[in-house]
Parts: sequence; structure tokens; C-alpha cells
Amino acid sequence: MAEEKVKEIKMGGRQRNMGPKPKLDNPGKIFMRLMARVLSGYAFHVIVAVVCIVISIMCSIKGIFFLQSLIDDFITPLIGAENPDFSLLRHEILSIAVVYVVGIVAVYIQSKIMVYVSQGTLKNLRIEIFEKMEKLPISYFDTHSHGDIMSVYTNDIDTLRQMISQSLPQLLNSGITIVSTLISMIILSPVLTGVSLLMVGVQIFITGKVAGGSSRYFIEQQKQLGSLNGFIEEMVEGQKVVKVFNHEQINIDKFNELNDSLFGSAKKANQYVNVLGPINAQLGNLSYVLCAIVGGILVFNGGTGILALSVGDLASFLTFNKSVNMPINQISQQFNAIVMGLAGAERIFKLLDEIPETDEGYVTLVNVKRNPEFRGEATCTERTDEHAAPLIASEGEWLETEEKTGIWAWKHFHKAEGITSYVKLTGDVVFDGVDFGYVPEKTVLHDIKLYAKPGQKIALVGTTGAGKTTITNLLNRFYDIQDGKIRYDGININKIKKDDLRRSLGIVLQDVHLFSGTIRDNIRYGKLDATDEEVEAAAKLANADGFIRRLPDGYDTVIKSDGGSLSQGQRQLIAIARTAIADPPVLILDEATSSIDTRTEKLVQAGMDGLMKGRTTFVIAHRLSTVRNSDCIMVLDGGRIIERGTHDELIKEKGRYYTLYTGAKSEAAGA
Amino acid sequence: MYKKLLSNVKEYKAASIATPVWMIFEVIFEVLIPMCMGSIVDDGVRKSNMQHIYVMGAVMVCLALLGWFSGVMGGIYGAKAATGLARNLRKAMFEKIQTYSFMNIDKFSTAGLVTRLTTDVTNVQNAYQMVLRMCFRAPFSLIFAMIAAFLIKPEIASVYLIAVFILSVVLIFLVRAAMKCFKEVFKKYDDLNAAVQENVSAIRVVKANVREEYETDRLRKAAENIYKLFVKAESKVVINAPLMQVTVYSCILAISWLGAHMIVAEELQTGELMSLLAYCMNILMSLMLMSFIFVMVSMSTASVERIVEVLDEETDIKDPENPVQTVSDGRIAFEKVDFSYDRSGSGIPVLKDVSLSINSGEMIGIIGATGSAKSSLVSLISRLYDVTDGRVKVGGRDVREYSVAALRDQVSVVLQKNVIFSGTILDNLRWGDPDATEEECKRACRLACADEFIERFPDKYETMIEQGGTNVSGGQKQRLCIARALLKKPKILILDDSTSAVDTATDAKIRKAFREEIPGTTKIIIAQRVSSVMDADRIIVLDEGRISGFGTHEELLESNMIYREVYESQTGGNGDFDEKGD
Repeated sequence: MAEEKVKEIKMGGRQRNMGPKPKLDNPGKIFMRLMARVLSGYAFHVIVAVVCIVISIMCSIKGIFFLQSLIDDFITPLIGAENPDFSLLRHEILSIAVVYVVGIVAVYIQSKIMVYVSQGTLKNLRIEIFEKMEKLPISYFDTHSHGDIMSVYTNDIDTLRQMISQSLPQLLNSGITIVSTLISMIILSPVLTGVSLLMVGVQIFITGKVAGGSSRYFIEQQKQLGSLNGFIEEMVEGQKVVKVFNHEQINIDKFNELNDSLFGSAKKANQYVNVLGPINAQLGNLSYVLCAIVGGILVFNGGTGILALSVGDLASFLTFNKSVNMPINQISQQFNAIVMGLAGAERIFKLLDEIPETDEGYVTLVNVKRNPEFRGEATCTERTDEHAAPLIASEGEWLETEEKTGIWAWKHFHKAEGITSYVKLTGDVVFDGVDFGYVPEKTVLHDIKLYAKPGQKIALVGTTGAGKTTITNLLNRFYDIQDGKIRYDGININKIKKDDLRRSLGIVLQDVHLFSGTIRDNIRYGKLDATDEEVEAAAKLANADGFIRRLPDGYDTVIKSDGGSLSQGQRQLIAIARTAIADPPVLILDEATSSIDTRTEKLVQAGMDGLMKGRTTFVIAHRLSTVRNSDCIMVLDGGRIIERGTHDELIKEKGRYYTLYTGAKSEAAGA
Repeated sequence: MYKKLLSNVKEYKAASIATPVWMIFEVIFEVLIPMCMGSIVDDGVRKSNMQHIYVMGAVMVCLALLGWFSGVMGGIYGAKAATGLARNLRKAMFEKIQTYSFMNIDKFSTAGLVTRLTTDVTNVQNAYQMVLRMCFRAPFSLIFAMIAAFLIKPEIASVYLIAVFILSVVLIFLVRAAMKCFKEVFKKYDDLNAAVQENVSAIRVVKANVREEYETDRLRKAAENIYKLFVKAESKVVINAPLMQVTVYSCILAISWLGAHMIVAEELQTGELMSLLAYCMNILMSLMLMSFIFVMVSMSTASVERIVEVLDEETDIKDPENPVQTVSDGRIAFEKVDFSYDRSGSGIPVLKDVSLSINSGEMIGIIGATGSAKSSLVSLISRLYDVTDGRVKVGGRDVREYSVAALRDQVSVVLQKNVIFSGTILDNLRWGDPDATEEECKRACRLACADEFIERFPDKYETMIEQGGTNVSGGQKQRLCIARALLKKPKILILDDSTSAVDTATDAKIRKAFREEIPGTTKIIIAQRVSSVMDADRIIVLDEGRISGFGTHEELLESNMIYREVYESQTGGNGDFDEKGD
């Protein structure tokens, strides 16, 4: 059973499949930020790509001009000629071929560069998000569903991929095409350009109208998709219960209701989008007809000045007219992709903006060796009085060393005195008047006092929600206390670098998480530079060596998807070996054997006992066999320690512990 | 596979047929329009015939309007057909899933099924719409444009034929190569996401071991690898655009050269040349579109496969012919039962040669190590699974003779991994009996000792339960589930480790209530705690799929080694701390 509410919230986490939220707070800002990110890594690439796009568009415009000159300058003069001379035309065609080749090369370079830009940006984003994620405090994972976090990593990056690699280049391309084509059109005939622009205006107006309608249905569709997904998730998750209660038909009826309303809005949304294409295409055709008529009038009337127009000019203009329509169409089609991409980017940036776990600790863990010249008394670990300020190691007893001596000490620089002291790592833990709440308003731990001397076994017992796991969460600083002090070897843990603090603590949790990889890899996770011998020694200590060797591939057995093929007990043993290899002086065993039945537990217990020897151990358990022989048992209730003492003392006290204990007994006796 | 998929089009068949028809009309108009354009230039502009320009202009406007109408109709029907197919697919899958047996459910993961019902269906919807709207349009557009070009000038049109041939060969080659790359990429991509997922769920382990940097390094390598693969795959795709341009430009140049000669020789008019150039674009664009459709359809293949997999899955537990509708009493008998989760028979047997007989109204405890098949044993009683060999009888009849619904109404199971649903507490309770009065619900809650905490909620029985039951504790959830099962008023009640999060005293109270209030119901209780089963009438001790002992507490203590061992480890001066659930 999970101890805290936060854990339960986490367990409620499910895959979110609702797609992007349709509302965007500040699309412009997000867009700029995204662009800044793209440019920061690939400024040169992007410049080259833009230059290539410009070149390719110029080339295609040159091509259209060629078509104009083809008729007017090269074909018309030859009509009716006795011996038509095609050499001029040949020359022109060859030179235009060169232009085309340049254009094609530019297109190729541009698209190739954009592959690097988009994929590179995504790669950097992926790494950055992950890096950020690893740095976030545990509270983030406790308050956000894992499905949502994963969704940023998968769905949002995917939509961004679409946007960066397809929509953006398309947009850029379309924009430049429109501008340059317009310029050419104005050169050819300002009057006709006016006609064209008028039609473009109509097009934009209608597109806006239709897009407005479609986005309304798109939003509705996303909402209904969300509720349908929620229903499917819940029911599929509980499918077995549905079967047991013969609830199938009721489910189907409810599903149909949701499904039909989704169909309604999805149909409408898609119809709007589908209608847009033909409307734009035919408006383009109308524009063509209008220009032809107006142009025709101009050609016959043989106007001068801005009204002058030749047949060839008209032909070219009509081509331009068609090619200005295409990019407008494309932009309107990319619109949805861009909105969705920006929504994804928004969530990505939100994650990147989360405040990472801070660490202001400066006391570090270093290897030391005994100073042979030291003559004083070894006082570093001996403390006369638990309540008094800890003694600082006598200077000179320990020397810091790069060697792997296996002896560790806290390197503590005292700013006030300007001296560095070394305190040997022994695993002495003190909680002094600790208050804590996951949210400031709701204190869940009150005035916790607790002393654990090196090598002692401290048990925390109590009901669900009493705050047992919370205490361990504070010791390794997954959460920070609100009031009071926690000391580790006499040092306030706030002063200790988090990494070093956590290195000195070993944790075995109820839910075992193994990583895909071999068993050897998994054990080595506790100490990356461990030799094979060390891995095996740790496995032996955890009583895991036996079963591992019996597996077909032994230590090289590959564990897939969180260790599915191994039994619960076996997985727990591997987790214990993983902790054993790290050889920490302090252990936290959080319900490590709760989900294992009594017989299997015997096997695990042997591993646990081996591990606990000589270490300060905090045990959270609700099985008496695990708790009984503790040096001190703390009974927690409602975030307070209500009783403390050894098993025998607590039994004598006839308090809560006694009731809990004998409650089970009398229950047994009543049979 | 596609046949199965398309059989779900059903009432959207008309729309599915209308869409391509309208699209073909649109194509016809689209082809006719450039002809008018050519005519405007040739017969109007060149011959200074303003009248002709007006006439052709008017014709063109009409054609454009018709084209617009066809396009819109195609779009409307296309959307209807595609979203309709999606609707039917979701419906068919969901209904199919409702018929699944436990065996079927075990085969699919929850997340997998949800993806199939959502993302995969959306993929198919998009692909189907694309196919309906473009699959006929593109080839028709190509053919019409080709015909039109041939009508104008066969000599020049043949240039297109050559271009189309070369381009399609290259495109097919390219698309296939790119698809192969993409498949590889997406597989690796899935692996990457799996690694991230692993990290998110094991974040405590990562942080406790100070492995943040190590994990980031690992991911960096994986991301670099994905990057390389993506670049490789997309590099193949980006050849498309320049390739297209090479073809278009070559055609334009070739036609210009040929056309110029013909015009000079007065075999061709300038307007016709312009029309030909317009068709050139049409033809090549259609070809491009066709390659795009090909990519899209192949990409959706994986989704189609996953959907059809759900639809093809046949439930292995079905009603017999002339099923028995009533269960006479709560007797249970196992006769030489073998059971394996693997239907092929080669699987490891979970239960071996189990024979036992339970009387109506008895309270039976079951105890045994994890993996000793306690849950498997009881799941055979309400036919959640079928035996591999032997027979399970309820009320004196083989469970396979009953209608499944009737059997499960009378055999109420509280599953180990239980779920309560979003809605009020009353809603949840009424899963057991939709017509239960509030009084009946309250009584069931009293029996399950759930009334005490429900009464303490401000909204009492109207308290909203959140999805996944996140706002009640484990012990509360278990008691709600027991109450829900009780409302069925079953002849047999099975609790599969359903009080593990309930404290011992409450646990005992629930059992006492069972004994006193529903004496006629056969009760089977699986538990880890010896204290939960020791007061049962008889106790089954399971060991690795076999019955190791079956008798009263005293008998077993006397004769059964395993039972004694478990009993002593839990009570001999030890015991079990209760989790006072609330």
C-alpha cells in the first residue's frame, strides 16, 4: 500500500491521448522562442537554407519569364518566316536550362539542410527535456501523472517534428513565393495585379471564415475525443470487473453515446477543412478568368503606360496568377499543423521552465586514509552526548586521498573559521524536532525526534498515512523539511551535497523497478565501476546468487520491461543486491517485503539480514518478524511518534503497539 | 486484412462511393478549365475576339462553379465516410472487447488497447479519407490530362508519357527505400520512448542512486543514434522535390523546343502550347500525389494490423446451446481439473489434478505462496477461464452448461486487482444490482463494513469517486468492492485477497457478518494472512498448483507442514501489523 496521498495521485497517472489543448495563451511568444531555439543551434544552416529558397524562387520566376519571351520573342517572329532560325531559341533554352539546374540544386541543398536543422533541433530538445526531467525534484513526479510527462516526450515532440520539418519550410517557401511573384506581376501589369489582389483578398476572407468554423468544431472534437479516451481507458482498465458484473451492454450503450457525438464533431471539423481546398482552387480559377477578361480588354485597346499589355505579357501574367494561388492554399492548409505544433511547444517549454532540484550543499563525500603521523585520540566518530553539537574530527587524523580506500569521510569546509574538517562516514542519523508537509498548509509530520546510532536498526510502524515513508523521503532530501534539523554524522543534511548524501543512503522500495538490460547491469547500477566479482559478491550477500545462477543465462539474463519474467521475490532480491553493491552505511527498507508472501519472504529476509549487518537501517514494515528485533521501534500515528522503545518495552507499555500486536494475536486466538 | 477493415464501412458505403465520384467530376472540370484558358488566348486574345473571351470566360466560370460544387461535395462526403468508418471501427472494437474472456484480455495490455481504439483509428481515418478523395482523383486527373494532351498534340503528349514512366519508376524505388528506413527509425524511436518511460517510473531509483547524469548520457547516445537514422531516412525523401523539378523543367524545355518548331510550321497554336504546359503540371502533380498516397497507406498498415488484431480475436468462452439460466445452489466441485494459461497445451500447467468438493453455504479459506495458483483456482468457478482438462461443477452442473451471464450473476467475485469507477458511490454499488434501492446498498455496505467510512464523507453515498478511485484509500476501496459484489445476492461469493489492506479487526467483523447474515451463500476467501482464513469451515492449502491440504484449522495444523509453517511464521510470537485503512 502506498503510504502517501501523493503516491496515490501518481498512481492515477494514465496515458493522456487527448491531443493538444486547443487554446494557446501566447502563440507569438512561443513561436519566437521556438525560432530562437532553432536559430541558436543552426543559425548558419538556416541562413543558407533561406538563401537557397530565395535562389530557387528566383529561378522559377525566371522560368516563367522565359515562357513569356518564348512566345513573344522567339516564336511569334518566326511565324511565317521562310527559313526560320532556331539558333536564338536554342541558345535561350540552353541558358534557361542552366537557370533551372541552379534552382534545382538550390532546392536540394535547402531541403537537405532543413533535415539537419529540424532533426538536430529535435535531438537537442529531446536531450534537453530528458536532462531537465532528471533534474526535477521528486515532488514533480509525485504531482504530475507519468502519462502526462511521457506525452510531452512523445506526442508533443512528434507534433513539433511535423511543424519544424514540414510546415515551417513550407510557410517560408510560400511567403517568399507570394512576395516575389507579386513583384513580377506588378512589373507586368499593375492593373491586373490589382484584380488579382482583390481576389486574393476575397480568398483570405473566405478562408478566415471557414477556418473559424472549423476550429470551433476542432475544439469540440478534441474535447469529445478526450472524454471518449477517458471512458475507454477507465473501462479497459477495469475490463475484468466489467466481465465479472455482466456490465458489457451498459458499457456499450454509454460508449455509443460518446462515440456518436465524437463522430458528429469530427465529421463537421473535417468537412470544413475539406471544403476549403476546392473553394480556394476555384476562386483561383475565377481570378484567372477575371484577369483574362480584363487583360483581353487591355490588349485589344492597346493602352499605353500602365495599361500597356502584350499577348505574351498576358500569358505570363496568367501563369503568375496561378502560381500566387498555390502558396496561399498551402498556407491555409498548414494552419492547423502549426497551431498544434505550437501547443506542443508550449507544453515542452513549460516542462523546461520547471524549477529544477536545487542543491546548496557544500559538504562532500571523499575517500580518506588514516594519517600515519596522527597521534591524537580517535574521536571523530565518538560523540559524548547526542544532544550536544557534534564534535568535529580532530585535525590531521584523516587525509583526503584519490585512492579508493573504501573509507569515506565528509569534507566540511567551515567558512567562519576557514578550516576544512573531515568527519568519518559512519551512518549516525538524528532527526531533531522535524516538521513537514507536502503542501505548506498541511503539516503531515509533527516534531519528529529520532536517533539512530551507527549499525542500529530502527523500525517505523503505524497505519497507512501515518508518515512512515515521508520520514525516509526527508532523509534523502526528496523533500525538504519545514522546521527542525536532520543531522547525518553530526552534519546538517542541508549542508551536504545531495548527490553525496544520496550516495551514502541505500533504499529498497516495495515496488521494485528494474531496468531493461542484463541482471549484471541491474546490480551494477548501484556502483557503475563494480567488477564482475563485486557484482557476484553483492548477489551472494543478498541471497540472490543461487537463483541467478540457475537461470539459463545466469548473470547475463536479459530483463525485459521492468523484470516481468522474474518473480516478485526474485526481483526484490536483485534490487537488494543493487543496494548491497553500493555499500552504503545507511539503509532504508520501505515495505520491501510487503507484497511478498510469507514463504518467499524467508528467502528475501535472509538477503536483507545479510545486507543490514553493520549498517544503520530504517525499516518500514507491517510484518512483525521484520520489526521485532529492532533496536528501537517508533510507532507513528497522524504524523507524530506516539511510542518508542524496543519490542519488549513497548509490549510492557501496553499502548498502541501492544494493541496492534495483540490485536492480531487475539484475532488468531479467536479462531 | 483490409477486407475485414472495410466491412466496417457499413452505412457509410454510399458516402464512400459518392466521394470518389464527386472527385472524378472535379477532375473533369479541372481538366476542361485549362482548355478554356487556351481557347481564351488563342481564339480570343490572338484573334482580337472580345466576344469569344466573354463566352469562354462565362463557360469557365460555370465550369469553375461546377468544379467547386463537386469538390465541396467530395469533401463533405469524404469527411462523412472517413469519420463514419472511424466511428464504426471504434464501436466494433469496443463491442468486441466486451465479449473478450479474461484470456483475451490478458493478451492485450491496457495501454495497447487504448492506443488501438484512439491513435490507430485516427490514422486509419486519415488514410481512408485520403484514399477516397485522392486515390481516384489522382489517377483520373493523370489520365484525363494525358487524354487532353493527346487530343491537342499526340507528338508532344508522348513526351509526357516518357516523363511519367521514368518518374514513376524512380518514385517507387525512392518510396520503398524511404519506407524501409522509416520503419527502422520508428522501431528505434519506440525503444527510446520506452527507455524514457522506464526512467520516469523508476525516478526514485535513479535519484537514490545518483544516476541522473549516467541516464542522461545514455539517452544522449540513443538520441544521437535516432538523429542519424532520421537524417538518413529523410535524406531519401528530400530527393523528391528536386527530382520532381528536374522532370517538370525537362518537360517544359522539351515542349518549348518542339512546340516552337510546330508553331512555326503552323502545326500548333500558341494557346495550345500553353494548355499543354498546364497539363504538364497536372500530370506530374498527380503522380506526386499518388506516391504520397502510397506512403500514407503503407504508414497506416501497422495501425490497420493492430485494429484487425482486436477484431479478429475470438473469445474462447461462449454460451453453450440451450444454456441453463439458473444456478440451483452454491455447491462447488472440481473433478480432476488441470489448467494452463497457455491454450496450446504446451504451456506450464498451473493447476494439476485438482479435485475437491465444497458444500453450499460453507466458508472456505485458501492459502498458499505467491504463484501457488490460488487466484487461478477460484477464477475457474465463475468461468473466467476454462479448464484445460477435467470439470468444474457449480450447483451440480458443469459450469460450461450455464449461460455465462447467469453463472456470473450467481458467482460473485471480488478480484484481487479490483477497480472502482468514476461516479458516485451509489453508482458503483449498483454495478452489482442496477435496481438496488438505497436501503439495499446501505445494507451491503454494512456487511462489508464500508458504512462507517462512507457515513463520514460529507456527501455520504453520493460522494464522487475519481477515476481509478484515487480519492479513497486501499482499504476503503476493497470494502466498496466487497459491498458491490454482495449486492448481486450471489449463491457463491469469492474474495480474492480482497481484505489485504483492511485491518485485522475489521476483516474479522466482515467475516462475522458473512457468517451471520448470508449463511446460505458459499464463501471462498483467499488471503495471505492466516488470521483471515483460520476461522473458516475448511481451509485449502495450495502448493505449486496442487492441493496440499484441505481441512479445518486444527486438522491442518496437525497434518500439514506448509500450513503449520505459515501459521508459525505469522503468529508464533510474530504476527502482522494491521493497516488501519482509514
